Amino acid sequence: MIPELGHFSLIVALFLATTLGVLPILGAARNNSVLMGVARPLAYGQMLLIGVAFATLANAFLSNDFSVLYVAQHSNSQLPGQYRFAAIWGGHEGSLLLWAFFLSVWTAAVAAFSKHLPEEMVARVLGVMGMISVGFLLFMLFTSSPFERLLPAAADGRDLNPLLQDPGLVIHPPMLYMGYVGFSVAFAFAISALLGGKLDATWARWSRPWTTVAWVFMTIGIALGSGWAYYELGWGGWWFWDPVENASFMPWLLGTALIHSLAVTEKRGAFKSWTVLLAIAAFSLSLLGTFLVRSGVLTSVHSFASDPKRGIFILSFLVLVIGASLLLFAWRAPKVGLGGKFDMVSRESLLLSNNVLLSVASASVFIGTLYPLFMDALGYGKLSVGAPYFEAVFVPLMVPMVFLMGLGPLARWKKMSVPDLARRVRWAFGSALVLAVLLPLLMGKFLSLESNKWSPMIVLGLLMAFWVIATLVVSLRQRWAGQGRFMQRVRAQSLSYYGMQVAHLGVALFIIGVTLVKGYETERDLRMNVGDTVVAGGYEFRFNGVTESQGPNYVAGVGHVSVSRDGHLVTELEPEKRQYNVSGMPLTEAAITTGVFRDLYVSLGEPIPEAEGAWAVRVYIKPFIDWIWAGCLLMGLGGILAVSDRRYRIHKKAVTLQGAAA
Amino acid sequence: MKPRQKRALYIVVALAAVGLAVMLVLNALKDNVSLYFTPTQVYNKEAPQGRSFRIGGLVEEGSMKREGDGLTVHFVITDLKKSLPVVYRGILPDLFKEGKGVVAQGKMEADGVMHAAEVLAKHDENYMPPEAADALKKAGTAASSPASAPAVK
Repeated sequence: MIPELGHFSLIVALFLATTLGVLPILGAARNNSVLMGVARPLAYGQMLLIGVAFATLANAFLSNDFSVLYVAQHSNSQLPGQYRFAAIWGGHEGSLLLWAFFLSVWTAAVAAFSKHLPEEMVARVLGVMGMISVGFLLFMLFTSSPFERLLPAAADGRDLNPLLQDPGLVIHPPMLYMGYVGFSVAFAFAISALLGGKLDATWARWSRPWTTVAWVFMTIGIALGSGWAYYELGWGGWWFWDPVENASFMPWLLGTALIHSLAVTEKRGAFKSWTVLLAIAAFSLSLLGTFLVRSGVLTSVHSFASDPKRGIFILSFLVLVIGASLLLFAWRAPKVGLGGKFDMVSRESLLLSNNVLLSVASASVFIGTLYPLFMDALGYGKLSVGAPYFEAVFVPLMVPMVFLMGLGPLARWKKMSVPDLARRVRWAFGSALVLAVLLPLLMGKFLSLESNKWSPMIVLGLLMAFWVIATLVVSLRQRWAGQGRFMQRVRAQSLSYYGMQVAHLGVALFIIGVTLVKGYETERDLRMNVGDTVVAGGYEFRFNGVTESQGPNYVAGVGHVSVSRDGHLVTELEPEKRQYNVSGMPLTEAAITTGVFRDLYVSLGEPIPEAEGAWAVRVYIKPFIDWIWAGCLLMGLGGILAVSDRRYRIHKKAVTLQGAAA
Repeated sequence: MKPRQKRALYIVVALAAVGLAVMLVLNALKDNVSLYFTPTQVYNKEAPQGRSFRIGGLVEEGSMKREGDGLTVHFVITDLKKSLPVVYRGILPDLFKEGKGVVAQGKMEADGVMHAAEVLAKHDENYMPPEAADALKKAGTAASSPASAPAVK
């Protein structure tokens, strides 16, 4: 009976969501406070009901209820507990339920933390989110309910895809989904501002912290996914420009543009229409991401077979959402005006250029990802767009972007003289350039490579990273300079300022990581007999053979590789080749020793049949690769700092004070 | 500058930027798109010479041979009508198996063998790469369950 309870609460949730999508918006239009007042209770009720549905499914997984079709398809009694829980989002139906659940959580959060907002605004925002929820609940109930029964019940389940049986995959999808769904809040704020016809700076101020939080989730989510690909797919790469990765990267790029343009709209009242358009586009790309990943239309390293009929539903939903919001935009935007004026060279114009570059970058990823789909649909045959395309387009766009990123925080609002700006950054640029040119000369020795490698791309990458760091130092010096106690001035700067700088520093670390790992990595694929050694990057890898070992739900061949440097043992690596009992699927589990300056990475290829005990082995040295993820974490931390800024809490205090006075 | 001139300047700069971006995209697409062919199409000489392309099909049963270095692998990709020999140096993906679906990317050399730079097999045992499924469908051999289809001798 319990799964039926889950199904039933989804149906009730659909009714609540429909009411939420209609009544409060009507109320806001007619200025009827009774109708507007139902928004909050409905939002809480919706979260409760979808939460019950989610808990029901979780219960079915944890108690191995194989009479539920979805559980039988994605779990198995041998599966360890934490993976049985993670298996909830291991397939299409459960992922959707997670999506809908997070949407209801965000809706309830907006309801709870919007006490200081005008009543019409809250009603409209919650109403718009209710409508999105209706779309997803309908989709789930009509095409993909996770509660469908399998009668008679299966004796055991088909097991979770072994690639997903990994701690990283327990948290990666929820993080990413929190980000995807979080952009719906920015979208809802933009739409309700359009509906209300009041597009002043206030809507930007209200939606800013929400957008930043969503962006933080997304940043961390993407970083986790990239880390998972690095250690789980066994090829040692961290980004493959795979359609599923691109699907999350496109909304991230636009989301990044959005948080910057929201800042301008809030502070200067400029780019009003542009910001609204970005909010619509970022959420549309989030929906498109769901569509791409879940419809199975794209060939990808991790697209799991699913039903194309569902794709049509999401596609129609997508067309409806984008079409309706663009129509609304076209109708209302002429009234909005462009907002505050600014000069050719000013912080506004720098941010605008950055916005344009980020949007163009997002568009170029879009074209590369969907081009094969369009060509196939038009009957030009099947083709694929390779990673070199993305690199060829992306680098030329990101170089000016990062250059402007250094200038932005130093430039003044409204108007700025070019010579003045140039004078302020000349030392920063000079020192970044000198370091970037000289550092690669020392790199070869530092990383114990056979030869020194100096290439223009490495210099360019380092120049970008050092430029960001140097301008950051210039900006800090400016802010901290002056009379009085130093610590006082340090504390006087706002948290959102530090947040921005931390996030920008994250970008710099990221660039360093990407540049150095691409420039100096060593990759050896080779055949190793027992006792063979290979030297890479100053380390000696000795292959001591493979033994068999039993895991909870798999059998593994465990390779033994001892790594030494200058005759001293550094570490023992034990890469595995697993064979999962239920699915019979083989899986390569790489062994990695992480370090600040380099990762040692060994993975097993396949046994070589003719030679006793010999294996094909991959031996990689990845210098500075962890800087990539450290950079992403810093970006996320920057976002968290920015939303912890005092001014977002002042509202609440002001409200309490007013309440006390009244 | 008068406001009108300024606006004109903005528009010109914006158009130039968009034009540049479009050029960049088109140029990169031209060089990095790889077309996909079936073994029958390759047999009919429809595939380009000296340019990288993709081919999909099944790994023919009993066709896999390893050279002494342990890393160079020879195998045959078939759509059960026509087949194409492939050579690849490197570590094969986990799910590469005789009789299963595969996609290879590489160039045809003068020896009539495809020198693959990349070999892909899907992560799901039950799942065919769409290109491989498509090749079997085009060759009219899809009726027999492709995953367990016997290789043509």
